[in-house]
Amino acid sequence: MHIVVEHETAYSYGAPARSTIQYLRLTPRQHANQSVRSWQVTGPGKFTEFTDGFGNIVHVLSLTTPHEQIVLRVRGEVYTTDTHGVLPPENDRCSPLVYAMPTRLTRAEGDLAEFAAGIRTPLAKERLTGLHDLMVALHKQVAYRLGVTDVESTASDAFRKGEGVCQDQAHIFLAVCRAAGIPARYVSGYMWTDSGGRDYDANHAWAEAWVPALGWVSFDVANGISTTASYVRVAQGRDYLDAAPVRGVRRGGGDEAMRVSVRVTDGQQ
Amino acid sequence: MLSRTANDLFWMGRYVERAENTARMLDVTWRMSLLPSGDRAAGDWGAALQIGGGEDVFAERYVSANARNIIQYMVLDGDNPSSIYSVFRLARENARATRGTTTTELWQSLNDTWLEVQALDYDKIAKRGFSRFFDWVKERSHLFRGVSTGTMLRDDAYFFQRLGTFLERADNTARLLDVKYHILLPAGEPVGGAIDYYQWGALLRSVSAFSAYKRRFHDAIWPQRVAELLILHGDMPRSLHSCYRELDGLFAALRELYRRDFECFRLAGKNYSRLRYGRAESIFQRGLHEYLADFLDRNADLGAQISSDFMLGN
Amino acid sequence: MRTPVHPPAVPAFDEMRDAGGLVRPAYDRLADWLTKTPKSVFRRKRQEAELLFRRLGITFAVYSDDAGVERLIPFDIVPRVLTAAEWARLEAGLIQRVRALNAFIHDIYHGQQILKAGVIPEEFVLCNAQFRPEMLGIVPPGGVWAHVAGIDVVRVDEGDFYVLEDNLRSPSGVSYMIENRSVMMRLFPELFSQNRIAPVDHYPNELLSMLRSVAPPHAGNPTVVVVTPGMYNSAYFEHAFLADEMGVELVEGQDLFVTDGFVFMRTPQGPRRVDVIYRRIDDDYLDPLAFNSQSVLGVPGLLSVYAQGNVALANAIGTGVADDKSIYPYVPDMVRFYLGEEAILKNVQTWQCREPDSLRYVLDHLDELVVKEVHGSGGYGMLIGPRASTAERAEFAARLRATPDRYIAQPTLALSTCPTFVQQGIAPRHVDLRPYVLTGRTTRVVPGGLTRVALEEGSLVVNSSQGGGTKDTWVLQE
Repeated sequence: MHIVVEHETAYSYGAPARSTIQYLRLTPRQHANQSVRSWQVTGPGKFTEFTDGFGNIVHVLSLTTPHEQIVLRVRGEVYTTDTHGVLPPENDRCSPLVYAMPTRLTRAEGDLAEFAAGIRTPLAKERLTGLHDLMVALHKQVAYRLGVTDVESTASDAFRKGEGVCQDQAHIFLAVCRAAGIPARYVSGYMWTDSGGRDYDANHAWAEAWVPALGWVSFDVANGISTTASYVRVAQGRDYLDAAPVRGVRRGGGDEAMRVSVRVTDGQQ
Repeated sequence: MLSRTANDLFWMGRYVERAENTARMLDVTWRMSLLPSGDRAAGDWGAALQIGGGEDVFAERYVSANARNIIQYMVLDGDNPSSIYSVFRLARENARATRGTTTTELWQSLNDTWLEVQALDYDKIAKRGFSRFFDWVKERSHLFRGVSTGTMLRDDAYFFQRLGTFLERADNTARLLDVKYHILLPAGEPVGGAIDYYQWGALLRSVSAFSAYKRRFHDAIWPQRVAELLILHGDMPRSLHSCYRELDGLFAALRELYRRDFECFRLAGKNYSRLRYGRAESIFQRGLHEYLADFLDRNADLGAQISSDFMLGN
Repeated sequence: MRTPVHPPAVPAFDEMRDAGGLVRPAYDRLADWLTKTPKSVFRRKRQEAELLFRRLGITFAVYSDDAGVERLIPFDIVPRVLTAAEWARLEAGLIQRVRALNAFIHDIYHGQQILKAGVIPEEFVLCNAQFRPEMLGIVPPGGVWAHVAGIDVVRVDEGDFYVLEDNLRSPSGVSYMIENRSVMMRLFPELFSQNRIAPVDHYPNELLSMLRSVAPPHAGNPTVVVVTPGMYNSAYFEHAFLADEMGVELVEGQDLFVTDGFVFMRTPQGPRRVDVIYRRIDDDYLDPLAFNSQSVLGVPGLLSVYAQGNVALANAIGTGVADDKSIYPYVPDMVRFYLGEEAILKNVQTWQCREPDSLRYVLDHLDELVVKEVHGSGGYGMLIGPRASTAERAEFAARLRATPDRYIAQPTLALSTCPTFVQQGIAPRHVDLRPYVLTGRTTRVVPGGLTRVALEEGSLVVNSSQGGGTKDTWVLQE
């Protein structure tokens, strides 16, 4: 599929900010299931770039003169193929074991720990089936709802609430996998839907779990499916914090307002 | 040097100077309150608050503006960031953070000051005698300046600390004059009588200018001359002119050291020339209060500019 | 910090006298001096030492409260002596060990050959909380990871040094090594003219040279800074001391910022580029954009500059995995794997309780062993078998069975003793030693280190928080 992404993030501040620095993980890499035809990230100032430990391309935005807003624009085209959600082990920098340990956001505690314990046996018996069942169960049990959680919410919090956004749903999935000793990672990216080109107000996120015979298998809890050719994979990590599209700090600036618009369209149409 | 260090040194100078000026102002208020003037004395304690700032906070926490409460608030109250207690604490913190750039003697003197202040309470001060206590505060400030001048390398560390001293002193002298002049000179009334003489005398004494006045003018105390002395006379060490002459010298030294110009140099130069070439007549024509209010704004702007040029970074 | 609490099963090795009571060559001159000097002189000198420390020592005394009260770590005026030959062997062992540790850290963040070869189980490294996947593929300037290593060693007999612990994050205490020497030279100048003692006060100079040597290539005349968490940190005075001795700025995270791929320091004259950062804050707090997002101690964006090779950090990020107690048993294997040599310094035998056979052994021999938490430090969560009551051992056995992964066990070592001036006069007390190993283009050790001494009779606890003191450490020159 030929996917065209247009993604704009605008931050505006109540008072001029004195300085800002952001890590931008907004650039997809080449994978077995996607090839990047063109991709551009633009914003104020000069970017520097590095590849992080998880293999993501990171742009660094830094502003040291007063500013009242920052607008980031992403525009790119990617050809994708459907691999039934399977990504063969590529040139990862490390063994999947790096993704086996819980993080602060993906530690199964309280209700979630109980839930994870209950599902440990089926996961151990037949991993792939177990993972699919887990995704379906979580899809039903944790409703997609905006505004009940925030970027720092933990998997256990969101599970207790029974609601959250795709980030929380992915975190819960990761927490359960890791509690069972299965390496699993967080993926951020974009998803095309047949919505007539309507704008969304957020990026998408899902999980990938390690299945020895296959490699990384994706699970999109929010939609209850494994990824298809409609998905563009951008960044990966142990949790949201490693793969966040934008992670930044600023000095001054007062209150912040953020506006995001994402438009994912089919380039063939 | 780090911007943070420059900031700490600048504020160290300001805090110690503030302690001294608060002590001077409270001392004169205390002395005046001993005069048989009745209602005026009460007004003076209010004025002390007004000069020091923070009347609102005081009103929230204390019932009446009597001597005890005001001394408690302005000397000992750790919640009042401008109390003598607080500013000595802050100055010591600044000294501790900048020990690499100052001298052991300077640290020791501020640390000792703090240790003594920390052990104080109202009854101890009362027992010791208020004037003796205020003299002690002044002496600690004199010691601070003496130790700095006598031990510190003449580099930017020294300059920033001294900038704080004179910027704060100019601010304090202007406030003192503004508030006192207003209280002591009810509209259109001539100065006369013993009370007025003592009042004006006390004001001069509070800035160590009583004998300077006499020597300079060989005359009775005239309010306008008091103002003139404290604003325009460059040889009077607590006058605005004198403070700015010091600031001007410090900025010249910084310019030479850094080999470049900063916006605060320009602001300071502008303020300095107004004092250097100003005339008493035009000040009074315009109105002393208006003149001083304008000066306080300019002085505060200079402080903000120093901070933004050297200390904030981005 | 380390806590070698090992009650002796056998009589401890006395560094001054042999079994027959004869003085060993190292202590030849000193023994004579100890016999001839009256107790009253020692007492007076000790008071003088304390005065000197209070005066000088302001640079590293701990402010325990707002009033500025300083706490001094007790200083023993009897030096500990090592011969040139003993030091040569120890030095060679330290250099070898630190070279292997550096090779190991580089490897686990790059090819992971040692894991692929099966020398160390993969999960010990990759699932270790101290492993930083953020560092995968990143090459620090100069390729050095553990620039400053504090290796804790003890002696149990004439021949061998045993390593108790490797400290590869930001080992502290070196300021004591220098100040102890400086006080000794003031108190007993005659001892220094009688004995040929290797100097230590050039350590800050060595440290600075090392730091400059690992600067990124673009930095012609590199700017070096020391980063401290701030003046409320317990080691603040050491940070200030080292910055001062090296003549570099002591900065906090807020004094630095990142822009255009470089790190800058805020100065009154404007931004100044920083090339080498000797950091005394933990990995977690270095960059809130990469690690703990709540951290206000660090420098946002620092990791990006580091990854681009535009700033050197000493020590590198992610060295903690190599000094973890669960990795410690494999250090001799690292020496073999990377250097093709046998380890000169011995490891203390260690049982990993996560291995069923080891756990069984540990449970059967609890009364002989010291059991430590893998991630514990400062003596917390530890059982000293021979000193524990039956009930305590039973309670610990239950913990071991419940979470064996969290524990290791070691035999109780009889730490060597050195003559020490105590209430009763000169008497033997148990000691350990932390030499400081510097790695830049080469690996070097300043001869000596920090000797810690348990001042109470029979005690093996050298921690300053529990009645331990320090001594000057002499390495005699040929």
